[in-house]
Amino acid sequence: MAIKLMQGNEACVAGALKAGMRFYAGYPITPSTEIAEISAEALPKVGGKFIQMEDEIAGMAATLGGSLAGLKSMTATSGPGFSLKQENIGYGIITETPCVIVNVQRSGPSTGLPTSPAQGDILQARWGTHGDHSIIALYPSSVKEIYYTTIRAFNLAEKYRTPVILLLDEIIGHMREKIEIPENDDVEIIDRKVPTCPPEEYKAFKVKEGDIVPEMAGFGTGYRYHVTGLVHDETGFPSGNELVADKLLNRLIDKIENNKDDIVTYDEYMLQDAEYAIISFGAIARSAKAAVDHLREEGIKVGLFRPITIWPSPDKQLLELGKKMKKIYVIEMNAGQYFLEVDRLAGKHTTVEKYGKINGEIITPEDIVSFVKEDQNA
Amino acid sequence: MPSGLVNQYFRTQNLAHIWCPGCGNGIVTRALVKAIDALGLDKDDVCVVSGIGCSSRAPGYLDFNTLHTTHGRALAFATGVKLANPKLNVIVVTGDGDSSAIGGNHLIHAARRNIDITTIVFNNNTYGMTGGQYSPTTPTGDKGTTAPYGNIDAAFDLCNLAQAAGASYVARGTIYAANQLEKNIIDGIKNKGFSFIEAMTTCPTYYGRKNKKGNAVDMVTYLKEHAINKIAWEKLPEEKKVGKFVIGELYSSTRPEYTEQYDRLIDSFKKGV
Repeated sequence: MAIKLMQGNEACVAGALKAGMRFYAGYPITPSTEIAEISAEALPKVGGKFIQMEDEIAGMAATLGGSLAGLKSMTATSGPGFSLKQENIGYGIITETPCVIVNVQRSGPSTGLPTSPAQGDILQARWGTHGDHSIIALYPSSVKEIYYTTIRAFNLAEKYRTPVILLLDEIIGHMREKIEIPENDDVEIIDRKVPTCPPEEYKAFKVKEGDIVPEMAGFGTGYRYHVTGLVHDETGFPSGNELVADKLLNRLIDKIENNKDDIVTYDEYMLQDAEYAIISFGAIARSAKAAVDHLREEGIKVGLFRPITIWPSPDKQLLELGKKMKKIYVIEMNAGQYFLEVDRLAGKHTTVEKYGKINGEIITPEDIVSFVKEDQNA
Repeated sequence: MPSGLVNQYFRTQNLAHIWCPGCGNGIVTRALVKAIDALGLDKDDVCVVSGIGCSSRAPGYLDFNTLHTTHGRALAFATGVKLANPKLNVIVVTGDGDSSAIGGNHLIHAARRNIDITTIVFNNNTYGMTGGQYSPTTPTGDKGTTAPYGNIDAAFDLCNLAQAAGASYVARGTIYAANQLEKNIIDGIKNKGFSFIEAMTTCPTYYGRKNKKGNAVDMVTYLKEHAINKIAWEKLPEEKKVGKFVIGELYSSTRPEYTEQYDRLIDSFKKGV
């Protein structure tokens, strides 16, 4: 057992390397820069490649290029950079190119408060790129969880052949915590399924029976095929046919939405006998957990639901909570983004209230306790 | 082109192509395929990457590893492909708008790194796919649908730009002098570093019609009559260069190539240096 004192951004790279990352392309931006710096130092030592690109857009493009050439690839960014990457994230979605995009969030819009925390990219992670699509976004809340969630982000990217977004909070990205990594960590590592058929039989975007996604050949492995951001048929070539478009675009959505049981993860605390639920994620879930303890001491039966998979949303669980709880409080460091999703689902059965901050100040346990108590006394 | 080459290098099931009658893009694509054939490259080891626009549709017709990316970003994607798998011969096919407007930043930085990618710009002086807007290479005074009174922008000299940014091989050709263009592409692919080849081509449908340049033949004749070979160009007095342009190999040098440098770094760790 190796016990280390690690920063969240550092744990992210450690997890990525454990998952098999061998390619990183990015651009410096606070508060994600350490992820690039540590990758630059670590990758050549394991035969991997690091490149600092000329801008955020190029960082996303080269990450996808590295993945198409067969390497597990990652990029990291923050606020403004996440906005710039969106078009190519969409390219990754339609071309089913696995990769991990880390967004260490900061306050916005625009340059905002570059060194201050925010959870303002919940909806950009979902809908940042144009057009109809589904997306996987994960949201860890401790340094240790960053390590394991980064591995999981790579696994999901490879399994579902899609870009996976890892949302981090500046607070945890820059916080140092004790983390224990077993020497012989037998954590599962998933690699993309590659074709074994003769090249002339390979259809690059055809899903074999029993598979979730098409087998993916790396460029230069003898399977010559075409990759395009245009709507394409099973061979990969462009098509303007509405049936082809319908089939492809719905398949890309369904491969995620129909596998929520596998993709969705969450954590529950003191919900067993709870009458009220707090929903919170990332760093703020830690404040919320402390607030639950405090409120329980005062006799308020409250529990915490913490989504770790933000997208696709844990809709079954949110609906259930709506049925069970007298009230749900969504606490997030934004003006009410995830609240919209909770209200859409749980709001069918119960009242959903929101509490947020957008001034770069963290939401403390005291903030949450007084918000809940004021609401209860109202 | 001999039909053997079509069968060998084109995805014939994807033809006919989308290009208009009189478009020069087919001639540039032919020169590229002939160059690859002359070099005897294994098709599995060739990766052709493009952005968005008329010329960027070329890879879809070619039987290599082909990647049709987002507008302007071909070189950024290609950089990722090449760095991840340096044994691939990476060739970028792009247009004047794709490479020097929306993709201008990636062009100068790929040249600066001297990464072993051969870039062929199909320069037709216009945005053809969107219907004939002026581009960074539309000559000053010429018209486009977004320059109805004549373009007041100055035009880029793309070869000068690429050379200044650090490309180690720079050439310009035309679709009239297609054999010379093919030779330049061969030399560009052979060059271990960033190679930049500007292929002057024609868009009779939009640029030609908007600027009363005549039909496709008239436009190719214009290229024939205004392109001067490098050797002749250097002997020409300045006043006779006006309105003309130079073609052929314009620059060549040797300097460290990016992926080789990176592999050396990896090797240094293997040796425990």
